[in-house]
Amino acid sequence: MERDTHFILGVYDDEDVLLHAVEKVRGSGVKIHEVYSPYPVHGLEHVLGYKRSKLPIAAFLFGMLGTSLALTMQLYMMRFDWPMIIGGKDFAAFPDFVPVSFEMTVLLAAFGMVGVFLITSNLKPWAQPRIFDVRSTDDKHIMAIDLANNSSLDLDKITEILNESGATEVNKKSFE
Amino acid sequence: MAHHGEHHYNLDQRFDFTASIKKSILTVLVLGAVLLGIGVVMAMTGGHHEEGAEAGTHAFHWYERLYASIWVNNVFFSGIAIIGVFFFAIQFAAQAGWSAPILRVMLSLGSWLPIAGVLMLATFFVANHDLFHWTHSYLFDKNDPQYDKIIDGKGAFFFWPMEKGTFPVFYIARMVIFFGFWVFFFNKFKQISEQEDQLGGSNHWYKMRSWSAFFLIFFAVSSSMSAWDWVMSIDTHWFSTLFGWYVFASWFVSGLSVITLIVLFLKGKGYLEMVNENHVHDLGKFVFGFSIFWTYLWFSQFLLIYYANIPEETVYFVERLESDIYGPFVFVNLGLNFFLPFLVLMTRDAKRHGVFLKLVCSILLVGHWIDFTLMVQPGTLGHNGGIGFMELGMLLVYGSSFAFVVLGALAKRNLIAKNHPMLEESYNHHI
Repeated sequence: MERDTHFILGVYDDEDVLLHAVEKVRGSGVKIHEVYSPYPVHGLEHVLGYKRSKLPIAAFLFGMLGTSLALTMQLYMMRFDWPMIIGGKDFAAFPDFVPVSFEMTVLLAAFGMVGVFLITSNLKPWAQPRIFDVRSTDDKHIMAIDLANNSSLDLDKITEILNESGATEVNKKSFE
Repeated sequence: MAHHGEHHYNLDQRFDFTASIKKSILTVLVLGAVLLGIGVVMAMTGGHHEEGAEAGTHAFHWYERLYASIWVNNVFFSGIAIIGVFFFAIQFAAQAGWSAPILRVMLSLGSWLPIAGVLMLATFFVANHDLFHWTHSYLFDKNDPQYDKIIDGKGAFFFWPMEKGTFPVFYIARMVIFFGFWVFFFNKFKQISEQEDQLGGSNHWYKMRSWSAFFLIFFAVSSSMSAWDWVMSIDTHWFSTLFGWYVFASWFVSGLSVITLIVLFLKGKGYLEMVNENHVHDLGKFVFGFSIFWTYLWFSQFLLIYYANIPEETVYFVERLESDIYGPFVFVNLGLNFFLPFLVLMTRDAKRHGVFLKLVCSILLVGHWIDFTLMVQPGTLGHNGGIGFMELGMLLVYGSSFAFVVLGALAKRNLIAKNHPMLEESYNHHI
């Protein structure tokens, strides 16, 4: 992360005020970096204009990988590496492979999805989380605005917009 | 959206079963009757396959195919009808709020039940020997060369308390009791709904929940047993412990498809404006999920039989997979009922847009009808089965009659449970 990043924070104590504030702030042309809440606020991702997650695509691809790996593995083991006659079936008896293929599909889809989610959400074990305001884990909603992303607007203007939108406090925050 | 606005929907709307809708349904009925007529004439004049006589059993008569066709549709449409009542009861047992505006659509399917019961009984009395091998009395006579020890061992399940091989009291009693209670519960639900419309208040909801719980207990037993009686007993020697759930899954997907299609049809006509893509999405999820559930049961039954490779069990799949008539349909069955809904309905958008759902649900109905045809025909018709004019005509005749009865019942009363305590929750349903 870049050093000396300057953020301006709007503090809200009501979720309905927050939802309207997000609409107003975005309507005034201010780009919001992120909103931190103590609990999931229904509809917040909608007013923030977030697009639908692409995670299902990752899940699908990892699932297909699981199916292919499972089929390849079973075919190799049962047909080429160590063929055995089981119940008089063909060595490459497809119906037998279905349960294992299904399980591998589910396993890799789940692992792949969790892994992709952790990486894209910056939840690596060695990641240094930036705490904007500790009260966002208690009873306040924190709207963070990155000044670097809003170079066309000056500090006073943004402060004014935040105050008008119903923020109880407007603070500054920099990270070393 | 989190902002719960005021909603002003017309809750007193009533479905207008117009002459033009009736005309379309009657056109399908006539078309079906014509196809059925052609099919019957073809079967009567077409060459009799005397293979049966050679094999030492009985000669094949054309009307056996007609009976089998009637039986397939009896089972299929009875299932769809009871699934409507079942899904309605589930909403109350699960205290679901999202489905409040479409409850009446589910319940309306049950109006086919009395007709289905009469048709089922009548068909059994006319066609018993042609459909059910176990009805022959010589199977139970130890002195007869055709005495069958295995069927004799199962005889009490059909004939108790009468002597085996006489009149199947226990079997008929179950059929009457199942339909009787299903109709009873359907009428009870209808009656409580009507009281709720008139009086309002949450008492009716609690009452409905209690009756739903009783119904679900009864249905848990009766759905499996009816599947053994009406479908599995055709292949009398053979049995499968999950057959009841397999039939239930097929019924459930078909019933959900009909519910979805009626909801989309009503929305297309301008009714149910509070039902938006979120509710449609939920219906789509049910269709998607239970198609996979059906596949799970189909495959569980297949894999164990295939793997154990015990002749008295494998005979069921040998009859189907190794037959020129039924073999291809086994794969059509899996393609239509698993691969198609699985691939088409996988994405969120496909479940939220009526076009995809209408397509998939219509195909699923044909798919599960083929599934029931595959369950009934090999055991009744042997090499003389297949899907031709007669089968398609019969499907259209039954389907249009079913649509006529259900839409007629829907038009008789308020389309929406206007005093349902969870309507507001349903308006704000968002997924």
